[in-house]
Amino acid sequence: MAPYSQLSFLLTVLLIFGALCVTSKVQIQSSSERQSASSNTGSTGESTSNSSASITTVPIVTWKWHHVETPYLVALWILVCWLCKLMAQLNSKLKSFFPESALLIISGFILGGIVWGADKAQTFKLVPRNFFYFLLPQIILDTGYFMPNKLFFSNLGAILVHAVIGTCWNAAAVGISLWGCYLGGAMGNLQIGLLQFLLFGSLLAAVDPVAVIAVFEEVHVNEVLFIWVFGESLLNDGVTVVLYNVFDAFVSLGGEKINAGEIIKGIVSFFVVAFGGSLIGVVFAILISLLTKYTGKVQIIEAGFIFVLGYLSYLTAEMLSLSAILSVTFCGVCCQKYVNANMDEKSVTAVRYAMKVFANGSETMIFVFLGVTAIDTDIWVWNTGFILLTLLFVLVYRFMGVFFLTWILNRYRLVPIELIDQIVMSFGGLRGAVAYGLAASLDETRIKEKNLMITTTLIVVYFTVILQGLTMKPLVKWLKVKRVSPTELKLIEKVNNRAFEHILAAMEDISGRIGDNWWTRGWKRFEDTYITWFLMKPEARKNRDYLFSIFHKLNLEDAINYVTEAEKRGSLAFLNQTDGTIVNFEKKLRFSGVMPDIMSELDFGNNNVQPTSVIQDTVPSVSLNIHEHEMKRMNEDFNAHHLLQQHLYRSRKNHRHKYSRSNFSINQSEDEVQEIFQRTMRSRLESFKSAKMGVTPAKKITKHPKKDPNHKMSNGKTTDKSKKHPYGDEDFEFSEADSAYSGDGGATGGSSQRRGTYTMGGVENPAFMPEMDTPPPPWVTEAEADTSVAPSQGAQRYLPWSPRNLHRLAPLRISDRSTDSFLMADAPATEESSEESPQQPSQRDGTHM
Amino acid sequence: MGSTNSTLSKIPNAGDLMQETGFSPAHIVRLYDRYKALDKDKKGHLCPQDFGAIKELAMNPISDRIIGAFFSSGQEVLDFPSFVRILAHFRPVDKNRPKDPNSPEHINSRSNKLKFIFQLYDQDKDGKISRQELLQVLRTMLEKQVTEEQLESIADRTIQEADLDRDDAISFDEFRKSMEKVNIEHKMSIRFLR
Repeated sequence: MAPYSQLSFLLTVLLIFGALCVTSKVQIQSSSERQSASSNTGSTGESTSNSSASITTVPIVTWKWHHVETPYLVALWILVCWLCKLMAQLNSKLKSFFPESALLIISGFILGGIVWGADKAQTFKLVPRNFFYFLLPQIILDTGYFMPNKLFFSNLGAILVHAVIGTCWNAAAVGISLWGCYLGGAMGNLQIGLLQFLLFGSLLAAVDPVAVIAVFEEVHVNEVLFIWVFGESLLNDGVTVVLYNVFDAFVSLGGEKINAGEIIKGIVSFFVVAFGGSLIGVVFAILISLLTKYTGKVQIIEAGFIFVLGYLSYLTAEMLSLSAILSVTFCGVCCQKYVNANMDEKSVTAVRYAMKVFANGSETMIFVFLGVTAIDTDIWVWNTGFILLTLLFVLVYRFMGVFFLTWILNRYRLVPIELIDQIVMSFGGLRGAVAYGLAASLDETRIKEKNLMITTTLIVVYFTVILQGLTMKPLVKWLKVKRVSPTELKLIEKVNNRAFEHILAAMEDISGRIGDNWWTRGWKRFEDTYITWFLMKPEARKNRDYLFSIFHKLNLEDAINYVTEAEKRGSLAFLNQTDGTIVNFEKKLRFSGVMPDIMSELDFGNNNVQPTSVIQDTVPSVSLNIHEHEMKRMNEDFNAHHLLQQHLYRSRKNHRHKYSRSNFSINQSEDEVQEIFQRTMRSRLESFKSAKMGVTPAKKITKHPKKDPNHKMSNGKTTDKSKKHPYGDEDFEFSEADSAYSGDGGATGGSSQRRGTYTMGGVENPAFMPEMDTPPPPWVTEAEADTSVAPSQGAQRYLPWSPRNLHRLAPLRISDRSTDSFLMADAPATEESSEESPQQPSQRDGTHM
Repeated sequence: MGSTNSTLSKIPNAGDLMQETGFSPAHIVRLYDRYKALDKDKKGHLCPQDFGAIKELAMNPISDRIIGAFFSSGQEVLDFPSFVRILAHFRPVDKNRPKDPNSPEHINSRSNKLKFIFQLYDQDKDGKISRQELLQVLRTMLEKQVTEEQLESIADRTIQEADLDRDDAISFDEFRKSMEKVNIEHKMSIRFLR
């Protein structure tokens, strides 16, 4: 594995470099009596000859390590942590049975060992402040923002029961049991009382969302189980922090002063903190939604508002000593829908990716640092009884709590949670960085055994994340837990889901019961009338039908696949083939001068798309893991851009390398746009003429093209704004409208899709037809275009997607959906396809079912 | 249980009905009360107008289809057993209930649930969901902002996804196949009060 060894080499070099920096720093540190690791001044020891304390000559270059030290170390650590993740991902053999989080912790051990070896002390630790202020918020925001809302709210009751009651139970049971054992003499002599034990129990009660997601995302359990575990872990973090604070207050108050009044205060503060935090989150969600109604003007930083306000919601709640985690969770959960509707599609994408970068990045760092922190002799205090008993109790009470609560909940559930699911849920009680963070922020003056607690917490964390994480996959397999079968988006399912909602609501009405569907519907109605009015842009309101957006998304995917397919076959020129003969790749390639990497892609032929990529493409709907899925699409998108730019207009391309801080427009000269536009128009006019004799007469010509494109093709919007809108040409407007509705409109639908995606010409088209006929691409020469224009029935027999080509190509496909839809698009028309059709059902069965 | 039993004895064929539908006695009694409440004029049967009087149901976009499902093949009246049988489609699937090898499938089985949805679409009862039929349902279910053209293309695409034999319509088999991945047992169930 070449990249792997290269990477490990790179990492080693970096580590040595980092260690050198650190060593030099520490040497200085010890001499200059600085205390804080982050604010010390730097080294002159390794400076180049020119730098010295007193300047005698003008230095040309100086070595100014101390100037950059802190940010440099931070950046270096980030880099190293991310490289660890990369290594973990590259090593597929290890990855198949090790969860990534465990691998990261282990690499943290190694890194910590190196640092310790160099410094003879652990200079780097996960400081609670950094953890809670800089690493945690984005992770929680990310989980909230990508929370599958419907699933979450429909299971909210169960989640709350587990998160609140379950957590309290865990904290109390662990604390009291440990205390009992302590009294029984199981752990020797410790300076520790009941309250401290309860405090310890409460900090250990939190199931960590970071660890849980990291493990559960890899095993793809069914969605109800996933949302239970995940929702619980997210909310109980908040609960734990609250509980921790209450007990912390009790501890500092001292055992004697606690009376019934104080306990009641504690309980009240528990609820105030939890609900207050959630409320702050909702308020900020409303703020974000309102703000994004108007941020269209500064579209380039639009995405940033989400992060800033999300972070502010965290800090605000913290400032008011309310639960910050709950605040940022609910902020994300509540704002997602309106934000996505209000913002431009590009900004939405930007938010999604940036969110994932931040969250994954800091998650990686947390795990690595959990490992690094362990390599430190200072914190290790061993007490066998205490540690083993804690481990035992944490495990046992988790199981007991889950079983008992689920047993109660099952009495009220439509579909009971099965025993197997309960086992997995209990087993998924992974503790993580939050527990460590809380343990590390204990006050040593009040809690004498702080180090023992940290040690124990770390061991519990390692035990759960590494051992339980490791055994989770086999366990899930062995117990045959119902998994999410990777499904792809299907319109028919979504349509039926909508029908189910209505049917169920109707049945509840008829059977005279006020049930979940009644609440859902009531909320939906309220939301439709008031909330969306308040929080959504008017134009976003129009466009928000869910089914339609699914449809839109599917079409976009198809369009992308269509072009990808075309490129794989050599060049886009194949679109003009009239008789379906096979393209001579070689010739086309040489002719258009496509880059060598495209060549190599073609050389591999059928086996270049590995089955894994197909699997990765179908991420289950509840998975929060968008990045693989989306990345691929981005890539394809980008490739196409690149190709188009490189090869289409080479002859007259005058690169105006334009830098704009607020715009992403591809540098495309005005002439080009005009030319593409005119060509398209000409070909469309042709197609219109030919179609006129054909099938359907042109439908409503008026007004649609004006109205529709704006909300449908939001992709093309921005480029249009920055330029002169092609529609400005009065002459063309009519023909555009005409051709859009001519015939079955299929051709124009297809081509507008593609153009929208690549923002080629900014020509938009309202017709959204699933049939992908032969759209005359804007870039073909005029003569070619004339041969292939008509989208009428008659012309359809010459589709390039005739089955003969298709079944050759089938293994290359990324998603079989496009195969289907293309195949079916041909269906009504051609004789050719009917000749070939016997082969298709089998193929489709293979890919589809 | 005393009151339940006494009410139960008033319901004709209650025992058979429970056997057939799997409802508990408490369910049956409750549904019987509901049935009588819906039957405002005390005529002993229900007619479509009785359903139309349910306020919430009237706001349901596909209410007429759902009401139509209760009145199969031109009948204008609905008696209590039929009422219960229709509702029994929506009972959650229970694993423990023994299945008679010689009796037909339970009413609330997966395929019966699917059949129920299918016939909501298939208004002319030709065993196929035609493009036109799908379009009608979509038109009622989707929000007003979606234009007719968009509706048509959504309908086309939906049919394409399911249509295996390319007759531009969805047969029941095709329908079942297309819904294979969907957890119908879960999604087509409501809780009935005991």
